[in-house]
Amino acid sequence: MEFTAPAGRNLFDSSKVVGKSTQRIDGPLKTTGTAPYAYERHDVAANQAYGYIVGSAIAKGRITAMDLSEARAAPGVIAIVAAPETEPVGKGMSNNAPLFGGRDIAHYHQAIACVVAETFEQARAAAGLIRTTYARADGRFDLPEAAPQAPLAKTGGGKPDKKTLGDFDAAYAAAPVKFDGRYTTPDETHAMMEPHATIASWEGDKLTLWTSNQMIQWGKESMGKILGIDPENVRLDSPYIGGGFGGKLFIRSDAVLAALAAKAAKRPVKITLQRPLVANNTTHRHATIQRVRIGAQNDGRITAIAHENWSGNLNGEDGENGTLQTPKLYAGANRLTANYIATLDLPEGNAMRAPGEAVGHLALEAAMDELAEKLGMDPIELRIRNEPEMVPGSPDKKFSERNLVRCLREGAERFGWSRRSAKPGTVREGDWLIGMGVAAGYRGGPTQESGARVSLAKDGGLKVETDMTDIGTGSYTIIAQTAAESLGVPLEKVSVVLGDSRFPASSGSGGQWGAASSTAGVYAACVELRRKIGEKLGFAGDDAVFENGRIRAGGKDMALTEAGAISAEGSISFGDFKSGYDVGTYAAHFCEIAVDAYTGETRIRRMLAVCDAGRILNPLSARSQVIGAMVMAAGAALMEELAVDTRFGFFVNHDLAGYEVPVHADIPHQEVVFLDTLDDIVSPLKAKGVGELGICGPGAAVANAIYNATGIRVRDYPLTLDKYLDRLPEPV
Amino acid sequence: MRAFTYQRATSPREAAAAVAGKRGAMFLGGGTNLLDLMKLEIEVPTHLVDVQDIGLDAIEETDEGGLRIGALVSNTALAADARVRRDYAVLSRAIVAGASGQLRNKATTAGNLLQRTRCPYFYDPNMPCNKRKPGTGCAAIEGYSRQLAVIGTSDKCIATYPGDMAVALRVLDAEVETIKADGATRSIPIADFHRLPGDAPERDNVLEPGELITGVVLPGPIGGTHVYRKVRDRRSYAFALVSVAAVIQDDGTGRVAFGGVAPKPWRDEAAEAALPQGAKAVVSRAFAKARPSEHNKFKITLAERTLAAVIAKARS
Ligand SMILES: Cc1cc2nc3c(=O)[nH]c(=O)nc-3n(C[C@H](O)[C@H](O)[C@H](O)COP(=O)(O)OP(=O)(O)OC[C@H]3O[C@@H](n4cnc5c(N)ncnc54)[C@H](O)[C@@H]3O)c2cc1C
Ligand code: SF4
Repeated sequence: MEFTAPAGRNLFDSSKVVGKSTQRIDGPLKTTGTAPYAYERHDVAANQAYGYIVGSAIAKGRITAMDLSEARAAPGVIAIVAAPETEPVGKGMSNNAPLFGGRDIAHYHQAIACVVAETFEQARAAAGLIRTTYARADGRFDLPEAAPQAPLAKTGGGKPDKKTLGDFDAAYAAAPVKFDGRYTTPDETHAMMEPHATIASWEGDKLTLWTSNQMIQWGKESMGKILGIDPENVRLDSPYIGGGFGGKLFIRSDAVLAALAAKAAKRPVKITLQRPLVANNTTHRHATIQRVRIGAQNDGRITAIAHENWSGNLNGEDGENGTLQTPKLYAGANRLTANYIATLDLPEGNAMRAPGEAVGHLALEAAMDELAEKLGMDPIELRIRNEPEMVPGSPDKKFSERNLVRCLREGAERFGWSRRSAKPGTVREGDWLIGMGVAAGYRGGPTQESGARVSLAKDGGLKVETDMTDIGTGSYTIIAQTAAESLGVPLEKVSVVLGDSRFPASSGSGGQWGAASSTAGVYAACVELRRKIGEKLGFAGDDAVFENGRIRAGGKDMALTEAGAISAEGSISFGDFKSGYDVGTYAAHFCEIAVDAYTGETRIRRMLAVCDAGRILNPLSARSQVIGAMVMAAGAALMEELAVDTRFGFFVNHDLAGYEVPVHADIPHQEVVFLDTLDDIVSPLKAKGVGELGICGPGAAVANAIYNATGIRVRDYPLTLDKYLDRLPEPV
Repeated sequence: MRAFTYQRATSPREAAAAVAGKRGAMFLGGGTNLLDLMKLEIEVPTHLVDVQDIGLDAIEETDEGGLRIGALVSNTALAADARVRRDYAVLSRAIVAGASGQLRNKATTAGNLLQRTRCPYFYDPNMPCNKRKPGTGCAAIEGYSRQLAVIGTSDKCIATYPGDMAVALRVLDAEVETIKADGATRSIPIADFHRLPGDAPERDNVLEPGELITGVVLPGPIGGTHVYRKVRDRRSYAFALVSVAAVIQDDGTGRVAFGGVAPKPWRDEAAEAALPQGAKAVVSRAFAKARPSEHNKFKITLAERTLAAVIAKARS
């Protein structure tokens, strides 16, 4: 099915299942611990051995010697794969350094060996007996030092990543009210519960990987490139994923070494990355330095806006694009956005939940708050005053559907914004300084081609198969809802099987496109199935009504089961007409915070998100997505930071004791409201994703609330108390 | 983790003899710290002597009117004990401010005292660390030292003692009781129990090889208002940036010890005498010899402000 024009009225506009809050169909498996995650798939291959990866002890240089003799002789050891004895593997998608092989070290904890043994403990113990010596080379590890010389990053098309509109410099110089601020955000790790894990097994030249991966087709193609084999000989299976957040978009060393080790050991090998390797061996969110300049008229109308962003990466080409939301959010005729990229020898930076926007909002939406104060304006009013008609950074483009102003107004009403004191540092309850903050949120609502197979069984049961993944987001359930709606069967009749590369290719889970794309793909397959059923029973499937297990068509009324066992494949692709639109999702985020007047400790009291993301397929799981994202945003604002050691070139706090994410007690109350909107440009279901929207903005709302509480503005995230303690007013 | 042998001792003396008699042997309490360190090969015992069956799991009243806490009493049981909550509330509060419920159920009184530093370089075996591997240098001194000590350090090591319970024990003037393989016992004032790093940061405390902790003795109650205030980057399940254990009397005098700032619970009795003059007076004296880094100098301000909060709370 090709989606070539805005969706008209269709069956989802009178839906009975889609759009209703529905408990996860995979919930019982998860809560009873019977959903098998990659490392626990004991039954998929007999005789599994255990692999343990050794990471490089240096950040840059060469391995001069590796003594394996003691390790080889250790109890239980079956095989050792060693980098100096292995040709560097090829690079898969988004691998900037080879995931294994050769003597060159590109970053700390790059995999240099893998020990295979009968038990995990034996493999780990033997790994400790490998003696490696290195020749250390100098590396570049310091973003603030490298940033001033950094060249422009490259866009997807390879062009320098700088965009101008009008004449920013002149307009900024002429503006009666100006704001110029520099913000920094640190490197962050995904810190998902389930570390990367894979079981690999070879049968002849065919490789199966039971793994934890968000993007099955990318993984399959990449594995082919990495190992130099035909991707058709690679099967990935990833039905359950214990969180990814972008960290599992690409093949990483667990999969590569499981494959190489299984070959060497001549039996299936399972590997999970030990927690410290998640930070330094896999990808992370790049740190940024951002400069935001805004010029405005006295009435708040923005005339000039510039957002420049610096980050670093191993490839020296692309990093964290903190400017992404800036061409979309606010009006202003004179504009500049630019991304600079330094080459750094730190571990590889890549996507983490809402790459670019998540940290871009931390700068832009704090800057808007600062500008509002300069103008003496309410920050919500300032945003509303700058609501654009057309996409501000691409004035030839329309918004597909945009209700940011409604989000802000409704949020202000629900949150009790009118109770906020505009003067910072003036509300006090006992030892606590109280403040409120607001921020807007924008995240793109992209779609990708996506397919599925839908099979009707004789008993009327419906099975959906697609390589779509569920990374904890709720894909299983929205896919089941879509199929149930499309074929007119109750939800209980639908089973969903995901994550196997033998199934029709899907969009996968990334970039907040999964929900919109995969449900559209399932709908396309269901339309095909309806046509096939029609052919079999003698009616036109497109005109028939499928409802309550029955089909009404051309005056006839028959049971769905009359079709017998029948199966169809279908996929959705998206036409060019979309390029005339910016398809985005919007939110207004609110936060109330208390800051201890003595110690500077922050305590979030309440958070609210009012979201505009088209049809909400399953309000229950969408709410979970946004809540989780708000927690992550609060973490980014208040505590999360991979500390860089610029001498040794690595992230120091590489475990979950050192890398702190919020605990429940940090965020006592969160509320999420979805506006009742539809976006007919996005897909037949008129639905967009929310999983990344939820992390775009709340962190800035937290920062703005801290400012409102204390009168202290900190522009270096995370906002830990050491950065403002000495500026807090004397207590009492 | 290296392979090791395992034994369960049935009496304190047997346990002490088993560890003293075997190179590389260590006691195993709740295992919540030791096993983690073994997995990373920071500790590589060849033999573990599990002490869970040696008794020492009761809290008894002493003839002097205090309490003797058996070495095996769990953190949970100790914090919940009615006598402790009534007369030594600072201790209960310090314990529940630490770790998590599950860990406190497992953790023993002795093991808690002996928990090792959380210096991130100590935890990464690729990094130079004098505490983990004497003579290799200290990666933290010029490195990421935000969590580390501001006082009591040496040019060999700037690690903190990370625990909470011991900070409260320090204001309570507790004593640590031990037994050696030959049956000899001794009682070590908590002030002398943990060592400053000096030239030998690998030695966290004054215990001799094979010396088993049998209990901790609290002197009779001292009254006053008991406060434990722990400041950290998130609300629970994190080590202290700074903590303050205090017992403050109605006349404004009292005792105070600081956690998260030094290689041992930090108490300076001379500085403490200035409590009636307020937090600044105490902290400026107690931290007069501090040698903080750029990353952690905030801890001194934080110590002062936290103590001010504690004093205000005690007064109210
Ligand atoms: C995630 C996490 C968070 C934590 N957070 C905190 C916190 O916020 N605050 C805090 O204070 N602590 C915290 N802890 C540390 C925790 O309190 C300690 O791990 C625990 O108290 C250790 O007790 P244990 O009995 O398990 O000791 P073990 O791990 O069994 O032993 C520790 C050491 O003591 C020795 N030992 C044990 N018993 C004896 C004995 N009777 N005589 C002589 N030597 C003995 C062992 O040989 C070993 O060297 C945390 C731990 C973890 C894992
Ligand atoms: S501070 Fe102490 S524990 Fe940390 S690296 Fe230095 S020597 Fe090791």
